[in-house]
Amino acid sequence: MPMPYYVSPEQMMQDKAEYAKKGIAKGRSIIAIEYVNGILLVAENPSASLYKISEIYDSIAFAGAGKYSEFENLRKAGIRHADLKGFMYSREDVTARSLANGYSQSLGTIFSQELKPLEVEILVVQVGHNGQSNEMYRISFDGSIIDERTFAVIGGKSEAVQALLKEKGLTQPPELQAALTLCIAALEQIGSQKLSLESLEVAILDRTRDGRRFRRLAPADTKQLLAT
Amino acid sequence: MKLPFLPNHDDSSFFDFLTQHHPALTPTGRSGFLQAQASTEPMRGAGAMSIPQATTVLAIKYQQGVVIAGDRRATEGFQIAERRIEKVFKIDEYSAMAIAGAAGPCIEMAKLFQVELEHYEKLEGVQLSCEGKANKLGQMVKANLPMVFQGLVVMPLYVGYDLKRTEGRIFKYDLAGGRYEESDYHAIGSGGKDARNTMREHFLKGLAEPDALKLALLALYNAADDDVGTGGPDLVRGIYPTAKIVNATGITDVSDQQIRGIYDGLIATRRSKEN
Repeated sequence: MPMPYYVSPEQMMQDKAEYAKKGIAKGRSIIAIEYVNGILLVAENPSASLYKISEIYDSIAFAGAGKYSEFENLRKAGIRHADLKGFMYSREDVTARSLANGYSQSLGTIFSQELKPLEVEILVVQVGHNGQSNEMYRISFDGSIIDERTFAVIGGKSEAVQALLKEKGLTQPPELQAALTLCIAALEQIGSQKLSLESLEVAILDRTRDGRRFRRLAPADTKQLLAT
Repeated sequence: MKLPFLPNHDDSSFFDFLTQHHPALTPTGRSGFLQAQASTEPMRGAGAMSIPQATTVLAIKYQQGVVIAGDRRATEGFQIAERRIEKVFKIDEYSAMAIAGAAGPCIEMAKLFQVELEHYEKLEGVQLSCEGKANKLGQMVKANLPMVFQGLVVMPLYVGYDLKRTEGRIFKYDLAGGRYEESDYHAIGSGGKDARNTMREHFLKGLAEPDALKLALLALYNAADDDVGTGGPDLVRGIYPTAKIVNATGITDVSDQQIRGIYDGLIATRRSKEN
């Protein structure tokens, strides 16, 4: 039996990380930003039916960048986790923190044990109500988890978009319209092209709603919102 | 892709997910325990166990949709177990279900069905069709069959607004999961027959919403009059039957106040007949 070549663990991890990063860099950016009444999620997505942003539970949403089949699987697993927990205990016991932890564990284990790491970066956000604050978690391909404030960006040029949003120096959460304008401007500037409303996927977690707070904004809705 | 620490499954049904991965959480999950108990005590059937039973629930079609209503009483043998039980459940934006049978498993099935539809909608990105929802409920009733032999009967009455056909629909079930669509109205539970008799006399095609609601409450009143298992309006405690309306705009609860107003009128008419 031939001996496998020796590869140092450092080298192996580095190669895997490089591979995953390359996959994610191909994708476009997704922004989650706090606004007065909740959280706004904006993704550049030419497809009107293959979503990158999705509802997970009452006040929790998910966004995935990278390889569609991989983050779609993660999304479904998250919905099952949330629905199971809500059914077993109660709806208020489903939290973004526990979900983000599950994702982090899964991605971390896959990154270190499988031959091919997942080429994904995901966002788990929860809108706070009754005076609680919002939660935003960004989870990378290797399972590292970052707790974000004010806004979070994932996908190809996430660092550039992040820097751009940071420049604005938001101190107070803006109104929904202002937040959306800001996101579109940031995506346009980084992509250096004009974006049509049809090529955007927009959704909100609205804390003023009861029960399921996730709502998609169709191009017609965003057009109306931007016109007012 | 195997995901450690997250559920691993590939199917859009929450009920199937539970059955495969968490069988103890399904309504039939208890049957193993109960079967063991039944084999040692073969005579101990449902009659001997006291399990709260829920009673008359009904649905009537009207011009724009369906009215679904139910009384509030649960009984254990000859005792009243609960005076304020809710038997009509909102399932999603366009459907509701009412239940008759053993209260605990009934409520559990309604809860499971709610999660089932929401789960499907989130995974697939679209809602199930009205027909699809009714069929899924049939499968859940069928899965409950072992429990029926233990005396834990769950009997749903399902109503939905079919957005494609733009009409309200009523589905009834049998214990084996058989699903039948009713064209006008239906009632189930111990007072179901009395309620159906009332509806048969007064039902008209294309009723207006207030008339359909009034007929539903009248049928419940008559059922409570003749059936000990069905509770009528409790004027002392202010407990009234509950009703929901399902139509193109979604599902709405009929307010307690409105129901109370209708019953005040009904009772006054009855009283004038007696004197």
